[in-house]
Amino acid sequence: MSDIIRRDPRSEWIARNRLHPLHASLQALGASWVGPSGLIRKNPHAVAFVGPNGLKRIDRSGAQQGGGGKRASISAAAQLPLHIIEQPSFHIVVVPDMVGGRLSSHDKDLLGLASMLAGSEGAVVAVVFGEHKESAFDTAGVDRLLHIQGEAFVGYTPEQRIMALRAVDDQLAPRHWLFPDSRTGGGELGRRLAAKLGERPATRVWQVADGQCIGRAGAGQQDLARRAPRLILAAAECADPVGETRHEVRAIELEGTLAHSLTRIDNLGAVAVDPALTPMAEAEFILSGGNGVRDWELFHQAAEVLGATEGASRVAVDDGFMPRDRQVGATGTWVTARVYLAVGISGAVQHLQGIATCDKVVAINKDPGCDMVKRADLAVIGDSTAILQALIERVSEYRQGDLRDVA
Amino acid sequence: MSHDPLNVITLVSVGAHPVTGRARRAEQDARAVDLGLSLAGKELHLLHAGDPQAEALRAYLGMGLAEMTVLQQPPQADVLPALGNYLRHAGAQLVLTGSQAETGEGSGMLPYLLAEQLDWPLIVGLAEVESVTGGVAQVLQALPRGQRRRLQVRLPFVASVDNAAPEARQSAFGPARRGQLQQQEVAVVEDALLEEAQLQPARPRPKRLKVIKAKTGAERMKAATAKASAGGQVLTDMTPEQGAEAIFALLRGEDVLR
Repeated sequence: MSDIIRRDPRSEWIARNRLHPLHASLQALGASWVGPSGLIRKNPHAVAFVGPNGLKRIDRSGAQQGGGGKRASISAAAQLPLHIIEQPSFHIVVVPDMVGGRLSSHDKDLLGLASMLAGSEGAVVAVVFGEHKESAFDTAGVDRLLHIQGEAFVGYTPEQRIMALRAVDDQLAPRHWLFPDSRTGGGELGRRLAAKLGERPATRVWQVADGQCIGRAGAGQQDLARRAPRLILAAAECADPVGETRHEVRAIELEGTLAHSLTRIDNLGAVAVDPALTPMAEAEFILSGGNGVRDWELFHQAAEVLGATEGASRVAVDDGFMPRDRQVGATGTWVTARVYLAVGISGAVQHLQGIATCDKVVAINKDPGCDMVKRADLAVIGDSTAILQALIERVSEYRQGDLRDVA
Repeated sequence: MSHDPLNVITLVSVGAHPVTGRARRAEQDARAVDLGLSLAGKELHLLHAGDPQAEALRAYLGMGLAEMTVLQQPPQADVLPALGNYLRHAGAQLVLTGSQAETGEGSGMLPYLLAEQLDWPLIVGLAEVESVTGGVAQVLQALPRGQRRRLQVRLPFVASVDNAAPEARQSAFGPARRGQLQQQEVAVVEDALLEEAQLQPARPRPKRLKVIKAKTGAERMKAATAKASAGGQVLTDMTPEQGAEAIFALLRGEDVLR
């Protein structure tokens, strides 16, 4: 922005027009307010405005409005209204999956359903186990956040979590429990809780309205319409996510200490699966190579060291460097990886379509202007061979450091 | 496997073909039977609660078993008490089920409720039993995206099998005909669900549209003309080591380096 002070006739017009949707955002903030003693306080510096000739002017007529230098504030000031529930008359408890520590789109749909069920009286409580990386609970529609931490909830601990959820049930007596009916944990946890509480849940629910819910039944050929029970396991896209309001993510605590139950299932940890054997459509981490890869031996070595499934662009497949079933894109496989590392791929439209659902895209490329770099969350510009070499060294170093820690 | 054959019971149901709706062996139950056969061989017990005349049940016998126990139940009955009573006295060490039925409600609650009723631990998504030593089983659990997790659990336990388990073997016609369905009369408990709920043909779900929530013309224009994503961090003029370090940090942050 230049320092030249200009009049902005449009913002002046908006500031005069009380019916304009942006009117409020253009009012001078903090010019006067009611102080703690009840007196009206004024900020003398905010009273003046800078006139067209660059001098500070004070307009005592009260007509002073709008003004120069305020243009940038139009978009910045637009903030969603805060939805506050001081004394909720009931609770809707949601247990999101938090895949990778963040709310998934399924979780957000579920929170949308929860705030629909909560209306203006109830509060949406999200129960989160262990560490998380989510920073947007407020716009997702969480009124209360119950964060349960501790050694006992790290990793796969369904029995401990059910104990905690039972304690939540005793404390809040929620009107509804909502779980995502997913394979990433919600489906299992919800059913375990249903069995423990002796409640009959509605599963694979895709619509809840007027106290009735509809869910898929059997192998998906039939729907089951019934009264909405207390426990609902909802499918993806069961409702629209919250988008119009912000919510105060007020932290609440679990009262009392959790009884430590004897675990009957011991988690011995993840098993190393050969990434080459996982189907590409459901691989979590893909290393994909294209025309810019010069050293394919090194590429395969990198995939092995990183533990990534290999993919390729059409050019690499056509040139015979990779088999046809490894092709990513509209004519190959549509991938759903969480992390997609594209080496030397410029990003044809067909390829970008194939990776549309990937969460994080990392590009290594020579050309800073190519489409893949524009799509990528992190792009490193440089020679792919050298960067892959350095990456292999860095990761092997990390792995060896890990082994040393264990020993 | 070197251990003695386990006492394994697999619960089977009548499935429905996804296109024609014709009765057939249920896909996941067949995988559970296959897993049971690999653990117990010919000693595997099959258990079904329902109509003993159902022809589709014979497809399980065709996988290489001589007989199957059928607890006679009418179509609208709650089979859980009957199964629970039977299993409590059957002396099984491992009960295998599919993860959800292909007909009826198909809520997938049965293994959970059985485990709760018997007070046994439950393994969800069993992919493989690696070893059983001293009453403790070491098993692999199937996770989404082709991942596996190793769990240790004390016998007896209930395990549900989903589509990640190994593919079921074919059913042979001759053994299927020769197999015996051993019928048992048990008490019938009515299921109250279908009094208040209706089953209806599945409605196709509407596809979600991209909704642009813009209040002003300027915002609408921006939403219509904007690229799909604004783009992320671009690192230029770096040494390969610095670039690799940045990528490594992202991969660690996303927790994909195992």
